[in-house]
Formats: sequence, C-alpha cells, structure tokens
Amino acid sequence: MAVTAAIGTSRLARAFDVDAVRSEFPIFATRVRGKRLVYLDNAATTQKPRAVIDALRRYYEEENANIHRGVHYLSERATDLYEKTREQVRRFIGAGDTREIVFVRGATEGINLVAATFGGANVRAGDEVLITAMEHHSNIVPWQMLCEQVGAKLRVAPINDAGELLVDELSNLLNARTKLLAITHVSNALGSVNPMKDVVSIAHSAGVPVVVDGAQAVPHLRINVRELDCDFYTFSSHKMYGPTGIGVLYGKLDLLNTMPPYQGGGDMIKSVTFEKTIFNDVPYKFEAGTPNIADGIAFGAALEYLSSLDWPMVTFYEQELLQYATEQVKEIEGVRIVGTARDKAGVLSFVMEGVHPHDIGTILDQEGIAVRTGHHCAQPVMQRFGIPATVRASFGIYNTKEEVDVLVRGLHRVKEVFN
Amino acid sequence: MATDELRSLYQEIILDHNKNPRNFRKMPDADYVLEGYNPLCGDHYTIYLKMNGDVVADVSFEGAGCAISKASASVMSTVVKGKTKQHVHELFDLFHNLVTGKHARDVSLEELGKLAAFAGVSEFPVRVKCASLAWHTLRGALDQRKETVTTE
Repeated sequence: MAVTAAIGTSRLARAFDVDAVRSEFPIFATRVRGKRLVYLDNAATTQKPRAVIDALRRYYEEENANIHRGVHYLSERATDLYEKTREQVRRFIGAGDTREIVFVRGATEGINLVAATFGGANVRAGDEVLITAMEHHSNIVPWQMLCEQVGAKLRVAPINDAGELLVDELSNLLNARTKLLAITHVSNALGSVNPMKDVVSIAHSAGVPVVVDGAQAVPHLRINVRELDCDFYTFSSHKMYGPTGIGVLYGKLDLLNTMPPYQGGGDMIKSVTFEKTIFNDVPYKFEAGTPNIADGIAFGAALEYLSSLDWPMVTFYEQELLQYATEQVKEIEGVRIVGTARDKAGVLSFVMEGVHPHDIGTILDQEGIAVRTGHHCAQPVMQRFGIPATVRASFGIYNTKEEVDVLVRGLHRVKEVFN
Repeated sequence: MATDELRSLYQEIILDHNKNPRNFRKMPDADYVLEGYNPLCGDHYTIYLKMNGDVVADVSFEGAGCAISKASASVMSTVVKGKTKQHVHELFDLFHNLVTGKHARDVSLEELGKLAAFAGVSEFPVRVKCASLAWHTLRGALDQRKETVTTE
C-alpha cells in the first residue's frame, strides 16, 4: 500500500501542482494559534482565491452601480459583468440557455424557491414529495413546510449502512401521487455520491420531476445538467471558492416559464399599476429586488479560476487525497468511519471510541486544524447511524497529504489527552 | 504533549469524571426530571432531582455528550447534594461566572472546591455551553420547569 501511495504521489506531483493552487489563496499565509492553518472544513465553506477577492475590491472601487436600469456608464458596466457571470454559470454546468440560470442567495434559497413556486403550484392535498435519508436540513425542511401547508405527504427513500442510497427502494416509492423528487447529488455528512443520472431517469420514467441539491457536488465533480437531465439543480458559490451570499438555481426553461414568481418587487416586473402587474421574463421573474451584484461578479471570477483548472486532474487528485486520508484515519485504533460508500467525494466523517466529536474538534483546533464537529445539519443521517455527531474532515483543491498527516498526528494527540 | 490551554481545559478531574461519571443513574422516585439538550453538538442529559423540603436530597443524571458536559454534570451532582435551594442558586452563579471568565478574584479556591477544575473553560468560549448545560438543567428542575433546557 505504501509503495502504491508513493507512486501515486509522484505521478500526482507532476500532474497537479498543489503548491501553485495554494499560492492563489491568501488565507494560507494566516497562522492559527501560532500554527500553520490546516483547513479541512471545505464542505462548510471554501477559502477564496485572490482573483475572487480582487474582483470584490475592484467592483466596489471602480464598478459599483445598480444594474438593469441605469443609463449611465457604471450601471451598464455592472450589468454587463453581472450578466457575464450568468453566462459563465451556464457554460460551467452545461445548460442550454442563460434564461435557465436564476441567481439566488445559495442552495438553500434555490430549494425554497422551487418549493414555494413549483411546489406551491403543483403539490396538492394527498400528493407526495419524495426525498432521501441523506438530505441536509435545507432539503428536508422546505418540503416539510410545503407538505404541511397543502396536506401532502413527505416520503423518504432509505440508505444502507455504508451511506449509499437504495435506488430500488427509491424506485418503489415513486407512484402516481409523487409530484417531485428532491435529492442531494453528494451527501454533506457522509460524502456519498448518488448515481444522479440513473435516479433522474428512474424518476422521469415515473413522470416525476427532480430537483437536485448540488451544493456538495459542484466543488468536486464537473457536472452537466443536460446530461443529468434533471429539472432543477441548485448550488452555492461559497462552497466552490466564490463569495458567500450568491448561488444558482438552474431550471429547465419550460418549467421555469410555467412557474409563478417567488418574491414580488423591483426587477421581477415589466409594468406595475395598482390594478395589475405584468411579470418580467425568466430568470428575472424570480429575482426581485437589487441582487447581490458584487458577489455575483466575484462569483464570475471564481468560475473563471475553476475553469482554468484541469478538471480530470482535480478530480483524480481529490480522490487520491480522500483515499489517503481514509486509509490513514482508519488505521487509528478506535476510529470508525461513518459513510463508506463506494463512490464518495470530498468528505471524511468519523467517530472515535470514548471521545465525543466536540472534544476532538477543540483539541484539533489547538493544532491549527479546522474540522467540523456536530450533526452537520443532517440530524436524520446521525439518527440513521445511531450517533449524535461526527468529526468531519472535508477536502478541497488546495489540501495536501501533509495536511492529512497533521490531522492524523492531531488525532493521536486526542488519544493522548483522553488515553 | 498537549498545549497548556488544553491541559487547563482537560484537567485530570474532568477526564476522570468523564470516564467514571458519579451519580450516573436513573432515579425512579425523583421529584423532578428535566432534560437538557444541545442539538448542535448533541449533548443530551436527563437530570433527576429529589428534594427534602428546601434541601437537595439527591441528584443523578443520565445521557451522553462531550467530556466537558459530562464531567460538569458529574461534578455538579457531587457538590449540590445536601445544599439548600438558595445555596444551589449561588453555586450556579459562581460556576457561571467561573466558566465565562467573570469569576471575581476574591472568591476563594476553597469556596470553588472541585468546581475550580472548570476555570479553563473560560479560555474556550464555544465550550461554555457544554459546561453549563447540566447546571442550567438543574436550575430548571429546581424551578419546576418542564420544557427541555438548552444552552445553545
């Protein structure tokens, strides 16, 4: 195993220059409690490359104006830059039309938008909404609220002990009353990657549209919404090296066109009288109020940065790193990995016998290691595995094997303290 | 070796009470039973309280959570027994000031007794909620509250 790892590393070192990647991220110059920062909380949010930070500063210093209405130079410039991001998103996820790209605050708002508009218009009393047992709270609660509101039923497709979706069981739960399937592409707590193309095809053959929570997938996998054929796909900029407060809801054009608006206000209308309002076309129909212009433009810088990377290589590097971390952490006596799906991305969740995750988090923090401890906004997943919490190390493009080694030393320190 | 801050947080007495919690049992004839639950970190305890007039006759607890929360519940159960309600409230304030770093200098170590082991918590602000969960739950039980207590 060690020999294989060494060969793998040297091949990687030639192909993927992680030092070059790290040098683009100013935060790594920061020291935490006198130690080098080992940032392993990427599933919560990623660090930002210099290009994103520069774009934010440039916007406020040189380009700031409101968009879509001004006739002056700056307004036109800001509008162009903001709309350029929409086109970059379209290309990045393989959508056919920029009108299918709705800007939202993040994946949570994307799901809420679909629940309120598509859900509100299509889900009636006695209908069913299907989710899975590995969803983040943000892909549970909006559906629960919708179901309660209209008297529909929320159904849950189960997962196995490895944290893999039971696709056959999901298939069996689809029926004539099912109005929507809401499913994560990659589990934030377990790292499991769902076979999204198959799932979408199964749902479609039962006549059920699919909304995909892609928040944890887009940072690790190059996705193509037309290949997946999903009806909606949503994700957050801040989990893919962009700024907070901006995200994307992709929706198929014909669906978006039939959906009622989300919020009312400026920008989502064509004309307003006290008698009647004519709504704007998609995607603006869903974008009431002055949007998050600065972060939208800086998100474009993140997409440009990501597009400059060799993605097959990124995916390969991240997979190798996750595998290395899994092997190293698993070796520690008393450690149990939670989430052992065959197909995983970015996440290593685990528990340690006799030590609560919160104590592990505090001790690792003293070593400059940032991990997440707790239920990761996925309490049903924790209940499924009969644990209150896990330690979650989650990886990004800038993490290294050396950092994994620091994590492993930190975990040995935990054992020292608790002997 | 762990850093000084870590040693001051995870003192021997805390590690000991975490490993071998005292009064860690159900109390079928308790007068008051109250749950304390911090869902974010998963600390979850039930505090059992038996009163003899105004005096705490017995305290026990059950549940699971981090070392800080469990040791705090355990140490608490050993120091409040035989104390009046008023005295328990005073100890609550003393403990609360200690873990939040507001601990007055003139409080003697003697007065703090075993509670002094939790002084290190004040260096870890995010852990105050762990240390104080059992105490808040006990105070809720003394005040005959019914709804689950949380310190998050």
